[in-house]
Order: sequence, then structure tokens, then C-alpha cells
Amino acid sequence: MKFTHKPSTLAAALLAAGLAFPGAAQAQAKQLTLCWAAWDPANALVELSKDFTAKTGVQMKYEFVPWPNFAQRMLNELNSKGKLCDLLIGDSQWIGSAATEGHYVKLNEFFDKNGIKMGDFMPATVLGYSEWPKGTPNYWALPAMGDAVAFTYRKDWFAKPELQAEFKQKYGRALDVPKTWDEFKQVGQFFQNRTVDGKKVYGAALYTERGSEGITMGVTNTLYAYGFEYSNPKKPYDMKGFVNSAGAAKGLALYKELFDCCTPPGHANAYMTEDLDAYKSGQVAMQMNFIAFFPGISKDPNVGGEKTGFFPIPKGDKQFAQLGGQGISVVKYSDKKDLALEYMKWFAQPAVQKKWWDSGGFTCLRSVLEAPGFETSTSYAKVFLDSMKIVKDFWAEPDYAQLLLAMQKRSHDYVVAGKGSPQEALDGLVKDWTEVFVEDGKLKN
Amino acid sequence: MSTLDIGGRAVPAAGHLAPPMPLKRLQGLSDRALAWLFVGPTILLLLAFNIFPLIWTIALSFTGYRANRPNADLVWVGGSNYSRVLADEDIWANMQATAHFLCWSITLELLLGFGLALLLNKRFKGHSFFSTVILLPMMLAPAVVGTFWKYFFEPQYGIFNHLVAFFGGPAGFTMLGDTTLSPWAIVLVDTWMWTPYVMLLLLAGLRSIPPYLYEAAEIDRASEWTKFWRITLPMVLPFIVLALLFRLIENFKMFDLVDQLTNGGPGSVTELASIHLKREAFEKWRTGYSSALAIILFVAIYGLSLVTVRFLDRVKQR
Amino acid sequence: MSAVLHPSGRGPLEPTRRAQWLAGILVVGYAILSLIPLVWIVMTSFRTPQDAIAYPPKMLAEPSLIGYVNLFTTRSRVSAEELASLPPPTTWYEGLVRDQQMILAGPSRFADRYLNSVLIGFGSTLLSVALGTLAAYAFSRFRVPGKDDLLFFILSTRMMPPIAVAIPVYLMYRAVGLSDTHLGLILLYTVVNLSLSVWLLKGFMDEIPREYEEAAMVDGYTRFQAFVKVVLPQAATGIATTAIFCLIFAWNEYAFALLLTSGTAQTSPPFIPTIIGEGGLDWPAMAAGTTLFLLPVLIFTVLLRKHLLRGITFGAIRK
Repeated sequence: MKFTHKPSTLAAALLAAGLAFPGAAQAQAKQLTLCWAAWDPANALVELSKDFTAKTGVQMKYEFVPWPNFAQRMLNELNSKGKLCDLLIGDSQWIGSAATEGHYVKLNEFFDKNGIKMGDFMPATVLGYSEWPKGTPNYWALPAMGDAVAFTYRKDWFAKPELQAEFKQKYGRALDVPKTWDEFKQVGQFFQNRTVDGKKVYGAALYTERGSEGITMGVTNTLYAYGFEYSNPKKPYDMKGFVNSAGAAKGLALYKELFDCCTPPGHANAYMTEDLDAYKSGQVAMQMNFIAFFPGISKDPNVGGEKTGFFPIPKGDKQFAQLGGQGISVVKYSDKKDLALEYMKWFAQPAVQKKWWDSGGFTCLRSVLEAPGFETSTSYAKVFLDSMKIVKDFWAEPDYAQLLLAMQKRSHDYVVAGKGSPQEALDGLVKDWTEVFVEDGKLKN
Repeated sequence: MSTLDIGGRAVPAAGHLAPPMPLKRLQGLSDRALAWLFVGPTILLLLAFNIFPLIWTIALSFTGYRANRPNADLVWVGGSNYSRVLADEDIWANMQATAHFLCWSITLELLLGFGLALLLNKRFKGHSFFSTVILLPMMLAPAVVGTFWKYFFEPQYGIFNHLVAFFGGPAGFTMLGDTTLSPWAIVLVDTWMWTPYVMLLLLAGLRSIPPYLYEAAEIDRASEWTKFWRITLPMVLPFIVLALLFRLIENFKMFDLVDQLTNGGPGSVTELASIHLKREAFEKWRTGYSSALAIILFVAIYGLSLVTVRFLDRVKQR
Repeated sequence: MSAVLHPSGRGPLEPTRRAQWLAGILVVGYAILSLIPLVWIVMTSFRTPQDAIAYPPKMLAEPSLIGYVNLFTTRSRVSAEELASLPPPTTWYEGLVRDQQMILAGPSRFADRYLNSVLIGFGSTLLSVALGTLAAYAFSRFRVPGKDDLLFFILSTRMMPPIAVAIPVYLMYRAVGLSDTHLGLILLYTVVNLSLSVWLLKGFMDEIPREYEEAAMVDGYTRFQAFVKVVLPQAATGIATTAIFCLIFAWNEYAFALLLTSGTAQTSPPFIPTIIGEGGLDWPAMAAGTTLFLLPVLIFTVLLRKHLLRGITFGAIRK
């Protein structure tokens, strides 16, 4: 008997709560979460996005994960259909997997409806960051951050008269920015173990990291230069003779020579941070790194300003730079896809893209890149433009991670640990990659 | 006479030793009830949190499931994951690297830890301050330790090479870049970090040796060595084995310290089995395969622990 | 013979002076050597980023608080013109930031993460030590059916590499709504630590002679009262040691915290390596974060020191 009153009071309470709830829910709804890696451009984006909040009232929340854990965290989230991210600035390599598994929203319709044309963006970035399958007009991301591997160098050291003289005497040409890999090796050897400004210095800081993708991002630059191809252009996944061609072996051997002759001691597991530290502490004359870091380097108190210059990847038989960079995508599992698309629409505006460049982001919008005066707007604008013209990307297959890890192991075993010959390493790589594609059903055994 | 002084508090004493237990069961909650009450929550929690993941992992190990292809059909592959793991020569190289690491780090930690505990037990002035100071390294996060030691080992701006040269050692070596030195680098860092753990455990063990044992030995005019061999060592041995057991289990699983420090390099020289597992599970997303590997590792450590626990039981019965 | 009473912590025979001196010197030597890396980390936290990677390493460098400022704030870079157009800085730390040609953009999430770590770390330690003590006592004193098997089961829960169970646990948590909650991590850490705490505490309890509880029970205490009044005080060393180990694990755990938490319940370990400064790692800020993060564990240990180093103090009962 005493229970009859309770349900009604309970129901009344619930009803009241329920009426209050939609209001509360709506107040919560105007919020977006954007996920990216934790690095300088991410901080710049936070600043930039305040404009979006001001214009639309949508609050932005961010989830930034350091690069070494970025893939693990985000891919795990996507694989389990997590709702953490509404917008994701994912690595270019994830496009294949994300498109095939349906993690990203396909953007063609959205672009058409809002007048966003892919032709407005640099072609290499559209191919690298947005398209899957490659070379087809299926877009899964808006190019957000253009990036490639290039070099910084100590302009102040190169300008020293005594070094100029000695170099000229030794090599018969002026000490200047190397245009070919042979020239690069000469410059590297010239500086190796030389005393400059009272300290012993070394030739160059190169990528040699074993863990995530470091050494691959370095080695591809010399591999591409001597004819390495991922597969037969006429027959996909046909790798014999393209991955392990004689030219490719030459390219790999060159990278090992450079590692042995011209890098600082202990530079056996270096990626972006270690190369930066080596350069900023005054150890090396040249540094391989992603262009994304160049704004910070040019502002560094020790080595910035007039002391640093930049140059793109040198030429072998060919000239290619390893592509970096990311596109911004909308996550299919988000409850706020419309809001996320609003953000993308805002981000794609030329005025916003210009501001993105000014605050340290690397825009891919042609109207900004091709505007007169862009090339000289900053000390690194030219190397960015030049590099984006020669980019080449790693596999973006859904199984890219296995392909990458195999290449990491083979490269590091040969270049750093000195196992076997370059031809053996590449032959082994073909074997590893074939195994992956067979397992995936893309190749018959 | 009628009270015992236990830890400075008076507790009513027995006039004689207590009668055997069964007579006491009726006072308050019975011992049986208490036993279940005390043990129950622990067992329940462990069952809830461990059974599901374990069964899941075992189930996955018989499939070809890939976590990055959640929409693909689940393929039952029977034991082929297991045979592939066991046939992979890289795995054996990993196990060797793991064995080298385990062997040396645990041996050094036990020796140093026990030595320090014995020394600290001499209660010299300031011993309690220094015992706390020595504990500091193990209070850091392993990933942070790995990152900072990588910084220390760097030959140009790190302090390790400079210190070694300062103490008269060779210069111009690279701990992390050399295939022969890097396995020792990871042993060194792990020992630095976890010796305090062993020390603390053994010190607590030493402190729990009843003083009357030494008193009695003194009366019998025993030498220091005899006291150590016949009293200290046997009483502390259970704790030594306990330390061995836990360090074994922890270091077998541990990967973030070594991963940060060397990434398993140069080449794959310091790639421990646990690092390989992480790569398979979270980089290649070969979930089925990595589950099989995980189960194999689990069985290995299970076996090792079983042996150690048997040894512990024997030691305690002495 | 009557029971001989001894003040706490002193053996019946004091080691000789010479032995103490020797012991002291060896220990101090080890302590200094093993402290060098830590001292370097703390020193680095007070340097500028350039000095942190100085080549060759600088022993002494001009102190700076920029590491700590960077730890607690987010900043963004502005052009020189924009910088000149802003009003002058109002606080000392804003001044430091402006010197780097950056402006303050807001607080970083470090303080939140720190508090989360305190809550989750101490919460799970309390729980695992409490449950562990009870279970250890039961295993030590009572005849629990299947005791050895149960004990080994408890131990085996610690053997599975976290990497392997990370995905199932992640999915489990998502399903029950424990994802990114404080309770979720507290429970998880408690569970992981239970095996350690039960085994360690059982080891200590086994060393406590049963005669005392039994004597107490003869005199009218219930088993439970005897447990509380007689056994627990003597187990203080064991409890303190276990608590420290449990706290250290929960405090520094990285893998699960990374996967299972994000905005709300994220602890410090996954956060500290995200302290990316301009162009790579901000070593002083990371060192600052590490130094600050070390403090609570250190303080906890110091507070427990008395219990840690106490021996078992009781009289002798002649058989």
C-alpha cells in the first residue's frame, strides 16, 4: 500500500528532469572535439580556431596525442567506432584504411554543395591527403597541413671565408647549398669532425629512428633519387625489380654511407626531435627534417634567423622528397557531423587559410601559395613550394602499417646495424611486402 | 607479567600459550566466515576484471581477427597463429634478448639490493634519510626514465659519456648506438631504476627478523658469518625469492622503458618479446596473431613463476 | 626467563662503529651515483631549452623558470609586429613568454591531470592495500579451501602483458560506461595491484608469530579484534612497504591511462610527453613536469618512513 505514492512522485521527478534535460542537452551540443598530434601546428590551430568559435558560437575541444602514440590511440578509437573525435587530422597514410573501413565521411557531396573545389588545392596534396583509391576523385579529407622532408643548414658556417677557401681548394667548387647527393656527401664529409667556433661538429643529422617510421622517412629520399618505385606502374603490387632494382640498392647504400661518414656519434635512433636537438645544439651543419618544424627553427635563439637556411632534397638520377602532412576529416561515428562540416567549411575559406599560413600552419590552398610575394613571405616559404612540387608518398594501403614496419626493420638492420648488403635488404623487403599483400588477398601466392 | 608489550601497547597476555584453534571458533564471527569475508572481495574483483579479457584473448588467438578491420568476417584459423609464432625466427631472437635482459637485470638488482639492505640495516647515522633517497629512481614513470636516459646517453649533450670519461673510462663510445653495448644499456637503466625496489623489500624483510634469534646466537658465541648464514639468510630468503618473483614477472612484461630508450634497436638487438608484442598488436593490428603471442608469453611466465613459487614454498618450510 | 623488551628498531647487538662507518660510506656512495640523473633532471627543469641541449653539456647554467611556465600554460607564436602592438605584460611569467616572441594562450591541462593522478593513485592504493591486507591475513591464518591454487590464481592475474589485454579492457569499459572515468581507472589499478599486495602482505603476515593473536583470543578478544589490535600494528612495516609499491605503480602507469582516458580522467603520465615545445621536445618543461610529479610519491614515502623502517617489536616468549 505504501508503494502507490512513490511511483507517482518518482514519475513526476523524472518528468521534470526530462523537461529540463533537452535544454541542458542543447546547451552541451554546441561543441566539437578535434583530434590531432601534439606539436606546434596544433597549438597554432587552437589559436586560429578561436575565429570559428567567435563566428558560430561552437566551442572547440582538443585531443592532442604525441606523435609516437598518435596512431595507436586514434586508430584504436576509430576501429572501435569511438565517439571521441568529431574531426580528425589523421596521417596521410591512414586514408586507405579509413576509407575502406568507413571511418571517415566521404566528402564529395559536401564539397560540391559548398563550392569547395579540389582544383583549388595543390595537386600533390589532394593526391596525398584526400584521395582513395589514389588517382580517383573520391575525397575523404580536406588538405590541411602540407609537409615534406627537406633540409636546414648553417648559413653562417657556409659563409665563413676560411671554410669557403678550404672547400674550394679541396673540391674545386664553392661551398654552397648541395644540389645533388654527391655534393651533399662532400659537404657532409667536409664538416665531419671539423672544429667550428671552438667545438667539434659533424656533417648532418639524418633520420634513423627504429621505432615508428623515422628511418623509412629518411631512406626513401635517397631511394627515390636512384629509381626506387613501390611497384610496377602498369601492374599494381608487382614489386620485383622495382623495389629491389639496382638503382634502389644504390640509393640504400648511399644512405648507409651518409650515416657512417657524416652523422654525429650516437645518432642511431633519431627522428624529428633528435634531429632538432642535434641541430639546435650546434652539432651539425645540415639537418633533415619535416618542413613543419622550420618556422620554429628560424625563430630559435641559437641557430635561427640569419644563421639558418633551407634547401630541398638533393637530386640523384631523379629528385623526390618524402611526403608528410595531413588532411582533416570528419569521423563517421560522430554525433555532430553537421557541425564538423561547418568547421571544415570555415577552415577551407581563403582568408582563414591565409591566416593559417601566417600562424605557422602549412596551407595547401593554391590561392595563398601562388599569390605574389608568398615565396618571400618567410625564409622557409620557398623550400616549402619547391619541395611540394617533388613529393612522393609511402604506401597508403589499408595495411600500410605492416608495410612500414617491415621497411623499418630491414632499413635499420642494414643502415645502422650493418647486417647484410643493400640488395639483400631490399630483396628481403620484397619478400615481406609480398607476404602482406598475399595475406590481404591482393596478391595470389 | 599479565600484559605483553607489543609495539608499545599493552595487550592482555596469556598466562600460557593459547589452546588449539577449534575451541576459539565460536567467539565472534567464525574463522570460516571471516575467511570468506576477507578473501571474497579480492577474488570477485579479480574474476570480474581478469576473466573476460583472458577468455577474449584466448578466443582471439584462434582467429585471424585484425582490429583495424572490424567489419571483416571473423575467420577461424585454429592453431595456425600459434605455429606461426613458434616458427618465426625473429621471435626466438626476441626471446634471447629478453632472457639476457631478465638474467642480468634481476641478478644485479638482487645483489645490489640485498647488499644495500644489509648495509642500511647497520643503522648508521642518517640511514633512514639515505634509504629514502635511494628509493627515488623507482618513483619515476618508466616512460619518463626511458626518455631522459636516452638524453643522458647521447654522446654530445648527454652527461653519461662525460661522467665515464671523468672517472677515467674510455670516451667515444655510444651506449645506444652500438649493437654490443645497447643490451647492457637497458640492463643498466633497469637496474638503476629497480634496485631500490629490491632493497626496500629486503630491508623490510631484514627488519622483521626477531632480535631474540640473534640474542640466542650471541649467547652461543656465534661468529658474524655464522649469524648471517644461519639466521639472516634463511629468514630473508623468502623475501629474496618474492623479490625475484615480482621482478621476473614485471620485467617480462615491461616494455615502455626499453621502447623509449632504444625502440628495440639498433636493428632488433634489444627488441624484447614485449616490444614485439606491442608492434604486432598496436602497429600491425594483427590482433589474432598477437593474442597467440601474448598467450605464449603468458604461459612462459606462468611456468617460470610456478617454479619460483615452488622454490619459495620449500624455502619457507625450512 | 621473562620477556625481554627492546625499544623499536634496535637489534640486541649494535654493529661495531667501524662497520657502521663502512656501511655508511658505501651507501652514501651509491646514493650519490644513483642520484646524479635525478639531480640532472631537476637542474634541467630550471634551465632554458637552449641550455638543456647545450653541447658540450653545461654544468652550471643561468637558472630560468621558463620550463615551469611552459608546463602550466599554452602559448602561441605571434609575429613581431603583433607583439609590439600588445600592451605590456602584467605578470612575471607573461614577461618570460613574451621574451620568446609568444603570447599566453591559456592554462595547460597539467594541473587537471595532476589532480586526477592524485585522486586515482591514492584511491586505488587505499583500496588495494585494504583488500590485500584482509585477504593476506585470511590466507596466512585460516584454512581456506584451495588456498595454494587461489594464491597462484591471484598471482597469475599479474602475468598477462597489459598490451595484450588493453583492447578487451577498453571494449569492456566502453560497454559498461567506465571509459574515461576516475572510478574506472581506480578499479583497474586496484585489480592489478591486488596480486602484489596480497603476496607481499602474506609474506609479512607469515612472519608475525601466531602466538600473539591466539594469546589475545584466549583472553577474550574475537578473531577480528585480535586481527585489528594485535596483528595490524605489527604488520605496519609490511603495509607501508606495500602501499608504497602500489602507489608507485598506479601513479606511473601509462599504457592503460593512455588508452582508457582522455579529457576527464586522464592522468599525468600520458600527458607529460605531450609537452611539445616549439620544434620538438621542451626538455625543461618535461623535466619540470617530472620533478613536480615526483613530489607526492616522495612525500608519501617520507611520511611512511617511520613505519617502513620499524622492525617488529615484541618480546620474546620462551617456549
